Amino acid sequence: MSQTPADRLTQAIRDVRRDRVALVAFLTAGFPSMTKFRDDLTTVAEHADVVEIGVPFTDPMADGVTIQRSSMGALSQGVSLHWIIRELAAMPPVKVPLVLMSYFNPLLAYGLDKLAADAALVGVTGFIVPDLPLEESAVFEAELARYGVALVRMVTPVTPEERLHKLCNGAQGFVYAVTMTGTTGKSVEGTAKDLSAEVGTYLDRVRALSPVPVCAGFGIRGPAQVRLLDPHADGVIVGSALVETLERGESVAALLDSLRTGVA
Amino acid sequence: MTESMDTATKAKLLRTLLDGGMPDEHGRFGPFGGRYIPETLVPAFERLTEAVRTTLHEASFQAELNAELADWAGRPTALSPMRNLSRRWGAEVWFKREDLAHTGAHKINNALGQALLAKRMGATRVIAETGAGQHGVATAAACARVGLPCVVYMGEVDMARQSPNVGRMRLMGATVVPVTSGDRTLRAAIDEAFRDWVSDPTGTFYCLGSALGPHPYPYLVRELQSIIGREARAQMLAKAGALPDCVIACVGGGSNAIGTFHAFLGDPSVQIIGVEAGGRGPGLGDNAATLTTGRPGVLHGTYTLLLQDAEGQVQETHSVSAGLDYPGVGPEHALLREIGRVEYRMACDDEVLEAVKECSTYEGVLPAIESAHALVGARDWARQNPGKRILVGMSGRGDKDMPTLQTTLLANNGVLS
Ligand SMILES: Cc1ncc(COP(=O)(O)O)c(C=O)c1O
Repeated sequence: MSQTPADRLTQAIRDVRRDRVALVAFLTAGFPSMTKFRDDLTTVAEHADVVEIGVPFTDPMADGVTIQRSSMGALSQGVSLHWIIRELAAMPPVKVPLVLMSYFNPLLAYGLDKLAADAALVGVTGFIVPDLPLEESAVFEAELARYGVALVRMVTPVTPEERLHKLCNGAQGFVYAVTMTGTTGKSVEGTAKDLSAEVGTYLDRVRALSPVPVCAGFGIRGPAQVRLLDPHADGVIVGSALVETLERGESVAALLDSLRTGVA
Repeated sequence: MTESMDTATKAKLLRTLLDGGMPDEHGRFGPFGGRYIPETLVPAFERLTEAVRTTLHEASFQAELNAELADWAGRPTALSPMRNLSRRWGAEVWFKREDLAHTGAHKINNALGQALLAKRMGATRVIAETGAGQHGVATAAACARVGLPCVVYMGEVDMARQSPNVGRMRLMGATVVPVTSGDRTLRAAIDEAFRDWVSDPTGTFYCLGSALGPHPYPYLVRELQSIIGREARAQMLAKAGALPDCVIACVGGGSNAIGTFHAFLGDPSVQIIGVEAGGRGPGLGDNAATLTTGRPGVLHGTYTLLLQDAEGQVQETHSVSAGLDYPGVGPEHALLREIGRVEYRMACDDEVLEAVKECSTYEGVLPAIESAHALVGARDWARQNPGKRILVGMSGRGDKDMPTLQTTLLANNGVLS
C-alpha cells in the first residue's frame, strides 16, 4: 500500500529524530505580506522539517497577541482559505510536509468534504484545529481519512491520564503536546526557565503512549528550550517567534537554524 | 437549512425540548450547540458540567440561591400593567420588570447563581465578559456578596458608551480590563475572557453572561434565567386571570429571552417573539440580527447562527445598544427559530430610541436600550392585535445608557428631541 499523507508526516519527523529533534515551523499565511507568501514559505521550508500554515481567523481565542496581530494583518489584506489553497496549488511543491492550522469555522465555511479533497491535492498532510476537541471531531476526521490526511490531536499538561490514553490511541501524523497552559506566544525570554520543571516527565508520559511522534509547542523561542526538550520530544514547534521575525524582516534562516541545531 | 426540516421533525424536536431532553448529553439543541473548545479547557468544562449536574438542582443549593434572590436581589420582580402604553397601542400591555432587580437588569439572576456555584466548586477567582456592563456589574456585585475576586473584560468601545457601569464595577471591587483587540466590543471581550481562562484553567471560574458559548453554559444560563418566565406566568394568571397572547423579549446572546420564553414554550396559545438589533439596516455589518440574517457556524465554542462572510470570518456588527452588539446567538434560539416555535424580528436604532422616549415619557420607566428593542416589537404587535394581551420582558433599566442618550435623544442642549 502506498504511503498516505499522514504517514509521510510521521515518517519525516521520525527520520529527522534519528539525529536530532525535528523543527516544526509555523507562519500565518499571507503575513506580513500576501505577495511574499510563496517566498516566505519556501525559505521557512528550507530551514525546518515540517511547516504549519496558519489560516487566519477573526476570533483566535487560543492565541496570544502575536498571532492575533498576524491573523488580523492577513485578513485585512484579504487572505482566505481559498486563497491559501490556490497559492499552494500554483507554487512548486514544498519539500517538507505541510500542515494547516485553523479554527473550525473557516473550515466549515469551505465545506469539509471539498476541503479534504483540495488540501490533499496541494500536498497538505495534516490539520490542526485548536477549537475542535475529540468529542466534536468525528465528522472532519472521517472526511480527512478518505484522503489519508491526519487530524492532529493536542494534549496538554492538564489532560487527565485516562483522556491522554484516549487521545493518543489512534493519533495520526504526530501528537501536539502543548507545553503550558495559556495562549500561544506566552514565553518572552526563550530560556529554559520559561518551561516548568515537570515538562520533561509530562512529555515522556505522552511519548510512552503515543503511536506517532510527539511534538512540543507553545512558548518556544530559543535554543536553550530546544536543548531542554530534545531528550523528551520528537519535535519542537515554533510559532510566535517566527511570526515576529518575519514581521520585523529579520533572518528566518538565522532563527530556525539556531533552533534546529540548538545553539544560539 | 430551514427548508430541509419537515413538519414532523420540527414537532418531534419541540416535544423533546418540552420533555426536558435538551440539551442532550453532548450539549446539543437539535443540530445546534455542542462544545468547540481548546483541549486545555476540556478538564475545566468537565468539572463545570459535573458541578452543574450535581449541584444546580440540589436542594441546599436551590435554597441558598432562592434566599439570596429574594433577600439580596429583590425577587420576585413586579409584573406591571402599563396603562398608558396600552391606551396608546390598543392592546393590553404588561411588563415583567427585570429593570427592578438588583443592579438593574436580569443579569443578576445568572451572575448570582454562577458565583454561588463558583464558591461551591472552590474557585479562587471569577472572570467575566461584559458588553453593556450589566453582566459585569452583576458579576462584580455577586462576587462581592459571596467573597470572590472578580476580573471583568470589557471592550474599549463599550467602556466609553456604558461608562457609568465601569465605575460601578470598580466600586464593587472588580478589576475592569479594557479589551483593545478585535472589534473592541462584546465579542472581543469574550475572546479575551477565554484567553484568560486557558492560562488558569484550574483555579478560575468563567461566569459567562448570556445563554451562549460551549456546553453547559447555554443550559446553565437558561436554567438560572428561567425564573423570569416562571414568575411572570404565575403573576399573569393571578393578575390578569389568563395567559398572555404574546410574549416578547429582546435578543442579544439570548439570556433574558430564553429565561422569559421557557415557561411559555408549552403553551400553544402563546405566540413568542424575539427582537434583535436591526442597527442601521439589513446589510452585513449594519446590524446584529443574527437569527434573522445569519448562517450556521462555530463561534465561541458553539454551533449556532452567525453573522459571517462566505469564508467563515465573523463580521463586525452594529447596534446602538452594546448589549445586543454580538454576531452570534445562543444555540437554543437557533433551534427555536428552526422549528418555528419562536419568531424573530428586528428593530432599528432609530425606532428603538423613539421607544425609549415613549416608554419614559408615558410610563415613567426608562428602559435599557436593549429592552427597548422588545418595545418596538410589542408596539407593532399591539397595533396588529387590538384588544389582545402582550407580555414584554423589560430586561433592564436605562440609567447606564445616559452617555448614549445625551448624544442622541438629549443632544438638543439636553432637551428631549
Ligand atoms: C438590559 C439588557 N437586556 C438585554 C441584554 C442582552 O443580553 P441577553 O440577550 O443575553 O439577554 C443585555 C446585555 O447586556 C442587557 O443589559
